[in-house]
Amino acid sequence: MTALLTIIVLVFILIAIWQMVKIFDLAQAKSSAGDEIPGVATDKDNSLNGYLMMGFLAFIYVITIVSCVKWGDLPLLSNSASEHGPTIDNLMIISLVIIFFVQTVTQFLLHYFAFKYKGEKGKQALFFADNNKLEAIWTIIPVIVLAGLIIYGLNTWINIMGVDESDDPIVIELYAQQFNWKARYAGADNTLGKANVRLIDIDRANILGLDEADPNAQDDIITTELHLPKGRPVLFKMRSQDVLHSAYMPHFRAQMNCVPGMITQFGFTPTKTTAEMRATQQMKDKVANINEIRVENSKKLIAKGEEALERYEFDYLLICNKICGKSHYNMQMKIVVEEEEEFNAWLKEQKEFKNSLIN
Amino acid sequence: MSAHADTHAHDDHGHHHKETFVTKYIFSQDHKMIAKQYLVTGTIMGVIGVIMSLLFRMQIAWPEQPNVIFEALLGKWAPEGVMDADIYLALVTIHGTIMVFFVLTAGLSGTFSNLLIPLQIGARDMASGFLNMVSYWLFFLSSVVMVISLFVSAGPAAAGWTIYPPLSALPMAQGGSGTGMTLWLVSMAIFIASSLLGSLNYIVTVLNLRTKGMSMTRLPLTIWAFFITAVIGVISFPVLLSAALLLIMDRSFGTSFFLSDIFIQGEVLHYQGGSPVLFEHLFWFLGHPEVYIVILPAMGLVSEIMATNSRKPIFGYRAMIASILAIAFLSTIVWGHHMFVSGMNPFLGSVFTFTTLLIAIPSAVKAFNWITTIWKGNLQMNPAMLFSIGFVSTFITGGLTGIILGDSALDINVHDTYFVVAHFHLVMGISALYGMFAGIYHWYPRMYGRMLNKNLGYIHFWVTAVCAYGVFFPMHFIGMAGLPRRYYTNSNFPLFDDVSNVNVIITIFALIGGVVQIVYLYNFFISMYYGKKTVQNPWRSTTLEWTAPIKHIHGNWEGEIPHVYRWSYDYSKPGHDEDFVPQNIPLKDGEEELQH
Repeated sequence: MTALLTIIVLVFILIAIWQMVKIFDLAQAKSSAGDEIPGVATDKDNSLNGYLMMGFLAFIYVITIVSCVKWGDLPLLSNSASEHGPTIDNLMIISLVIIFFVQTVTQFLLHYFAFKYKGEKGKQALFFADNNKLEAIWTIIPVIVLAGLIIYGLNTWINIMGVDESDDPIVIELYAQQFNWKARYAGADNTLGKANVRLIDIDRANILGLDEADPNAQDDIITTELHLPKGRPVLFKMRSQDVLHSAYMPHFRAQMNCVPGMITQFGFTPTKTTAEMRATQQMKDKVANINEIRVENSKKLIAKGEEALERYEFDYLLICNKICGKSHYNMQMKIVVEEEEEFNAWLKEQKEFKNSLIN
Repeated sequence: MSAHADTHAHDDHGHHHKETFVTKYIFSQDHKMIAKQYLVTGTIMGVIGVIMSLLFRMQIAWPEQPNVIFEALLGKWAPEGVMDADIYLALVTIHGTIMVFFVLTAGLSGTFSNLLIPLQIGARDMASGFLNMVSYWLFFLSSVVMVISLFVSAGPAAAGWTIYPPLSALPMAQGGSGTGMTLWLVSMAIFIASSLLGSLNYIVTVLNLRTKGMSMTRLPLTIWAFFITAVIGVISFPVLLSAALLLIMDRSFGTSFFLSDIFIQGEVLHYQGGSPVLFEHLFWFLGHPEVYIVILPAMGLVSEIMATNSRKPIFGYRAMIASILAIAFLSTIVWGHHMFVSGMNPFLGSVFTFTTLLIAIPSAVKAFNWITTIWKGNLQMNPAMLFSIGFVSTFITGGLTGIILGDSALDINVHDTYFVVAHFHLVMGISALYGMFAGIYHWYPRMYGRMLNKNLGYIHFWVTAVCAYGVFFPMHFIGMAGLPRRYYTNSNFPLFDDVSNVNVIITIFALIGGVVQIVYLYNFFISMYYGKKTVQNPWRSTTLEWTAPIKHIHGNWEGEIPHVYRWSYDYSKPGHDEDFVPQNIPLKDGEEELQH
């Protein structure tokens, strides 16, 4: 039935197009002077499309402004929660400013010229094939701008990726599997025990494949929530047991893939506790906005006899950002950033590896 | 049969010979027929690819809502009309594969390289008509295999178009990694063979079969673009073939090229010592040049169409060639920018940031040259011209965000978010599609002897143009809000609730943009039979293809092949009555050829 209806609708669309074509053609047959070639633009077409080009330029500007105003309040451009975050944000903002400037100017030139030089019969185009000076100008200007961006970008990149072992980072393993995350803390010795997926023993609850004989592994702590102390450098060691995953922590401007068969790493220093982040004005506004939307959506759900949505409260998240299978869209872990004392207290409550095994 | 084609290629008098239905329409060795075969096959694949994108866009906008369209088209994959998460990933995967390879590589390059190389350089046909035919039929076969893969019981490939192992290698990781993935790999292996045969043919033809007077610096930019595209293809496609073969080995014969230390569904697998990162390197060694394989031919077509319709020479002919060469060279040493956060050594990341951002320079040169080409022109706003201007517009918008994604420090935070999706769709998806449409509107009379209806063309362009920006511009902002791509639904992340309304707007634009393509398809197929008959040179163009008879003949020209006396951009040259001087017109007494 649906198929039949679809076919009928399609047929109607085709008939409508047919009729429209006929109307256009008839209208044109009247107006044409007779010497035009069918299917080739006339002065009238040139003029109409020239104006439409200006209209389109306006459309591009409007959609840019609307997007910036409505959705430009981006949590990823400011209010970062890691020490290196502001350096990325600054670079991002500088890049965006350059992009918006170039975009505005070049789109204007393109569409304005398309309007201004719309064709007319008898008009002569300028025979202008080459100009080395112009070519040099628009080679050198991008070179200068890009040189600046490259130097700034590489400097930022090297600072972020360089791990300085001397500032005594806490080592935490992020362990990915279809479709959840685990965190492993190194314990008092701050050294992660050896591990390999071949050592996984589900029956004994050795779920991450730790080497039970390794003394460093004994005090390791495995958790399903990631707690981080504010102000301490953290060095993450990433592992995956099955397919590629990506550990993405957008508020900390951090991301690294988890690759089966190798250990990858990424380090940062959290600078805002969860509570502090929730208290920032920007986050308050965002959460209020989200809750408004959720209340609206809940009304619809209740009308359908379903449960209302829970109120949203902000939490940092670790989310999977590399396609990993059916439930890729729901692979997340809550991150809690807290003061060092709270963190230590929380860590103490967790079971050490040697005590978590089932014998 | 190949001997047959050879005699023709060298025969200056273009004898007619008997053609049966089969040799003319099916196993044709005539480049013009093969071009049309590529175009129609590419169009059919394009329709499939676009419908898929509309399906998953509806899921993104209205997640997990029953939809009669899903029920009708997806069958068991949409129980009670709700799209299944597995088929969502499959749709995303196959949409990408079809659009990148089957539409924008084979459909675009296959159509226009075949049609224009012999006609614009003044050759009777491709260097090898037989290889050309084999190339098309391999492409056809690979399309058939890809379409068949949609119907296997566990579902088609669903690991993303980049098919990273281990997800793509392990049938237990995902339904689509079983038979569906096997067929995907087989299809791509055949596709690569097709592409290589085509590319070799293009290279040899351009180098050897140019008519008298057609020096390399008199070639239209279309030919330069096709030629360099073919060179990139020959360099990079074999690497993807090797990646596909090694992946087949891992999947079926127990080798460990890309796999190591895997525990999945309660068991340890035997694989040891391989690395998925190796696959990423091999994949992107093709994957990145591939985007230039897609965009360069479109750039060539657009340069040609812009010059013709501006009634002006293309600005900076030599700079245009130089920038094509620079882009081609750089394109082979930037692949690592897809892998900044793959676990690759950060130092390599620095190198790739440097090379990647350099590509912005030749790209900027091209954009400014196009803008200068239309400056003080006498612009003929034919549909092909509109699509060409649209191309420059989306190429700039999409290209600019490349300086964010190519910058490793910034990529950390927008990698694999919707920001990337917006970027590459504008810069190589929509742009290349515009280039292809521009080419079709411009050379349709050359292909079918009839004109496309221009008013339908105008409707097609303007609605498409508005929708393309409507879809992909707001998408940048969802990406900058941190939303990952390839999520079946965002409902588990209240964090992203405030961008869900953007997704609805995007989907509405996508649906309108998708439906308006019916206008184009209607125009395309109806005009073959009912379009107005074309005149010899409707756009008053200078290149050689417009000197060949409208009715296609084997061997392209009756009598002698025209000789060439000038470059292909003598538009509005002072001292001539007409505002264009075809390449086969000798220089007047005292006229100097432009030192370009």
